[in-house]
This record gives sequence, C-alpha cells and structure tokens, in this order.
Amino acid sequence: MLDGIDLDVRAGTVFSLLGPNGAGKTTTVNVLTTLLRADGGTARVAGHDVATETRAVRAAIGVTGQFAAVDELMTGQENLQLMADLKRLGSGEGRRVVTQLLERFDLVESAQKPVSSYSGGMRRKLDLAMTLVGKPRIIFLDEPTTGLDPRSRRAMWAIVRELVADGVTLFLTTQYLEEADQLADRIAVLDQGRLVAQGTPDDLKRQVPGSHVRLRFTDAVELDAAARVLTDSTRDDEALALRVPSDGGTRSLRALLDRLDEYSISAEELSVHTPDLDDVFLALTGRTHTTEVVAK
Amino acid sequence: MSTKSHSMVMLRRNFKHIARNPTSMFNAVLMPIVIMWMFVYMFGDAFNVGIDYIDYATPGLMLLAVCYGLGATATSVNSDMTKGIINRFKVMDVSRGAVLTGHVVASLLTNLIAIGALIGVAFLLGFSPSASSLDWLGVVGIVVLLGFAAGWLTVALGLAAKSPETAGLAAVPLVMLPFFSSAIVPAEKMGPGLRQFAEYQPFTPIIETMRGLLNGAPSSSDAIAAVAWCVGIALVGYLWARSTFNRRA
Repeated sequence: MLDGIDLDVRAGTVFSLLGPNGAGKTTTVNVLTTLLRADGGTARVAGHDVATETRAVRAAIGVTGQFAAVDELMTGQENLQLMADLKRLGSGEGRRVVTQLLERFDLVESAQKPVSSYSGGMRRKLDLAMTLVGKPRIIFLDEPTTGLDPRSRRAMWAIVRELVADGVTLFLTTQYLEEADQLADRIAVLDQGRLVAQGTPDDLKRQVPGSHVRLRFTDAVELDAAARVLTDSTRDDEALALRVPSDGGTRSLRALLDRLDEYSISAEELSVHTPDLDDVFLALTGRTHTTEVVAK
Repeated sequence: MSTKSHSMVMLRRNFKHIARNPTSMFNAVLMPIVIMWMFVYMFGDAFNVGIDYIDYATPGLMLLAVCYGLGATATSVNSDMTKGIINRFKVMDVSRGAVLTGHVVASLLTNLIAIGALIGVAFLLGFSPSASSLDWLGVVGIVVLLGFAAGWLTVALGLAAKSPETAGLAAVPLVMLPFFSSAIVPAEKMGPGLRQFAEYQPFTPIIETMRGLLNGAPSSSDAIAAVAWCVGIALVGYLWARSTFNRRA
C-alpha cells in the first residue's frame, strides 16, 4: 500500500499529507498511531519507535480519525468525562477540563444531549475535543473536514490554528488542496502510496508553471487576431481563451491591455491566475485532483 | 493497576449504555419472568416431575435468565467494534483487556439482577427450596461462574460477528439451548436423540447442580461437571475473544 515514504515533521508545526482518496493517507496515519504495524521501515513519534515503544507513543499522541469515534449512547459531556477518566485526571481536574472543552468547542448547550442527536459538524467537534483531553503534544487529524459544510470547515480551521498557537504539533491529512495551503507549514503530496513531492506550500507552487493572465473572447475571429498579436500565449479553442504568461502586476497588465487596444481587440473577460495546489497536483501526477476523485 | 481502573471506567460506560437502552434490560429481566409464569401456570400441571413444578423449574429458569441477557451483550460488544470508538481506545494508553472486561462484568451483573428478580417472583409463586445458607452460597457461586463463562463466550461471538445485527443473532443458540436441557422437563422424558443431547450438553449438569443445591441434595459428580464446563467455556471464550480483538481493526 505504501511505498518508500520518508517524512520528517518538526515539533510545533503543521504537516499536511495531501492526496486523493485511496492514496494511502489513512494507512500512513494508522502506522504512525500504532493502529497498524508496517511491514518494514521505522517510524519514530515523539522520539519513540512506533513498533517497539507503542505505549510511550500512545501516551504522547492524540488521534481524531476520519469517522467520529464518539460514544453515541452517551451525552457529549459524558464522552469527554470518559476521556478524562481514561487519562486519569483527578475528579476536580477532570470536571474542569470537560467544562473548558465544552465551552471552547461551543458545545455547552448540547452537553447533556445524547451524541446520537448531534449533527455531523458537532460530532467532529466533540471528537476533536475528546482528543484534546490530557493535552497531547502531537495530534493526528485524519481528514478532519471531509463531509463538513463550509461554515463548520472554517470553524475547524480556526481550532487547528489555535492548537498551533499553543505549540501543538499537527499531522493533518486532507484531500482538499486549499486546506493544506491554508493550514500547513509543510506539505507532502501522496499519490498511490508514493510521495510525489514534499515542501512548503510555496516550494510546491514554485514547481509549477508561473502565474498567467487568461483572456476570454466572444468569437473565434477575435481569438485568432489576439493569438497573432500575443505570440507567447497558448490558446484554448474550446473555451475561446488565451493564456498569457504574466507576473500579474499592474505594469505588465497595462502593457498587455495597451497592446490589445493597439490592434482594436477586445476581450470578453480577463482574469489573473496564481498557481494553486490544484495546479501542483496536475503538474506532479499528470492528473487533476478533481478528475481523480470522480474516477474513484 | 491500570487494567483495574480502566476496567472500572469501561464498566461505568457499559452501565450507562444499559440504562439508556431499556429494551435490553427489559428483555434480560422480564422475559425469564414471563416464561416462568407461562410454564408454571399454563403447563406446570401437565408435567409430572415428582416434585412441585416451581421447585423443579426455578433452577432451569435461572440458567435461562443468564442466557436471555447475552444477546444485548453481543450486540453492544459488536457496536463498539464497528462504530469506531474502539480505535480511539486503541490509540490511547488504555489496557486492551479493559474494554472486554467491562463488557463481561456488565453482562454478569445484568445476569445477577435478572436472577435476583426471577427468584423473587419464584418465591411469590410458591418456590420452597430446602437449601441451607451454604447451599445458597454454592448456587451463587455456580451462577457467577456461569455468567462469567457465558459472558466471555458472548463477547467473543460479538467480536467475531460482522455487524451488531448478526451479533444479536449469534447469541440465539445460547438462548435456545436451555430448552434442550433438563431446564423445563427432565431429560429422561425426551425422545431418543434429543434425550442424549440433553443429557450431555453443558447446561444440564449446571442446572442439575443448582437443582441439587436448592433441594438440599447436591450431587458432587454434577457439580464437578458443571464447574469443568464453566471453566472450559470461559477459557475458550476468553482466548477466542482476545485473539479476535487483537486481529480486528
């Protein structure tokens, strides 16, 4: 499943493992969190070997998996109390931590309701809150926002940023490029069990063709005319569009517009593109991220 | 020490589950009592067992009461495995046995509640055991041993099942088995084939041991067989449960 993965995560940073469904993200997390034994190779988490020092690793980490690991029959508060008991916090300390987490995750109102009545977003929040009981210094989040609505996703991002501010090390997997871009200090791109790239978001963006201006025209005649004038452009006949390399600055944009004006060519629409991680994925794997998801 | 306190936490959790899901408690406590009423009032006079039917049937119904609680245990063990919470426990520094021990002890305590209620109703129906307090202690010992053995076996069944529904079904043979023992009618009154089965299946010596103790005439050979069966079942259940638990998820 996984092939020659070599990762190095510095303490106090967010590391994101990015890849489509079936790339091996969860398998990697399962190996690092002692749920699964690797066939070969070594991994150390918090300085402990995951294969031989499982107890020490487990004591140092917190894990929030892809599917909410909450007790449906108990209330939100009872779920948190269960974690406090298992982490052996004293009864006073335990109650304090539970109350704090309920407040922090905005779950006070539903604290006494059974989790089976919670929405998906609330379950994820409770799940993460349960992981935070006992203040683990390393937290694994396996696709924490998959299936969440945009608002819950933003809320989850805000929580992740708070954790980082507290000095927690985060290992985050996601299939959303935007999420990795927003949150991660370093990103590794995983494709079919192999690492295809690793670096900061900016490093990765540098690996793909630079920013460009996209011009869209009303008909093929205009497109032909513009293509003759802008010789370094690439054309997309289907969309009646031209892609012109540009740094996106005002000076180069004015030059471009002046040139079009000179030949009395007008474009229907102009947009400036800076490369995002979608472009990175396309450049690295030869496939777009989205078509991959559809194909699965 | 860690196993012990974590087991307590898990046991509290299992009790909350039972309290939130009254149907399972209803099934475990009330069904045996309903069956007792049925057999004693409807069929009791039709059976000639040599003694008062309630005195004959109570030990068998006690065993039935243990079995009726098992479906809920199997289902709840399986829900733990299939609903993802088990992975949370597994990545925490929680002793592996604690989750299972919690289920076994919760199952055992449910059994004791059910049997307590059953014996209470039996007395109302005219149950008059001639057991000494030492005999009663023996009865309690056998019940605990049986509940423990059946609990481990059921936990293993629950772990091995694919879904909570099939886990519930897997416990059905255990619920049926008492009917094919000397619980309701003496084995010698059954047809050939069934009679041999009833005589040699594990529940018969267990029932006969309790019957002997309650009637003040315990038989040591039955008692030895009963204890041996219970220890054997507990051991098989425990080993099966452990290996299935380590293999899954």
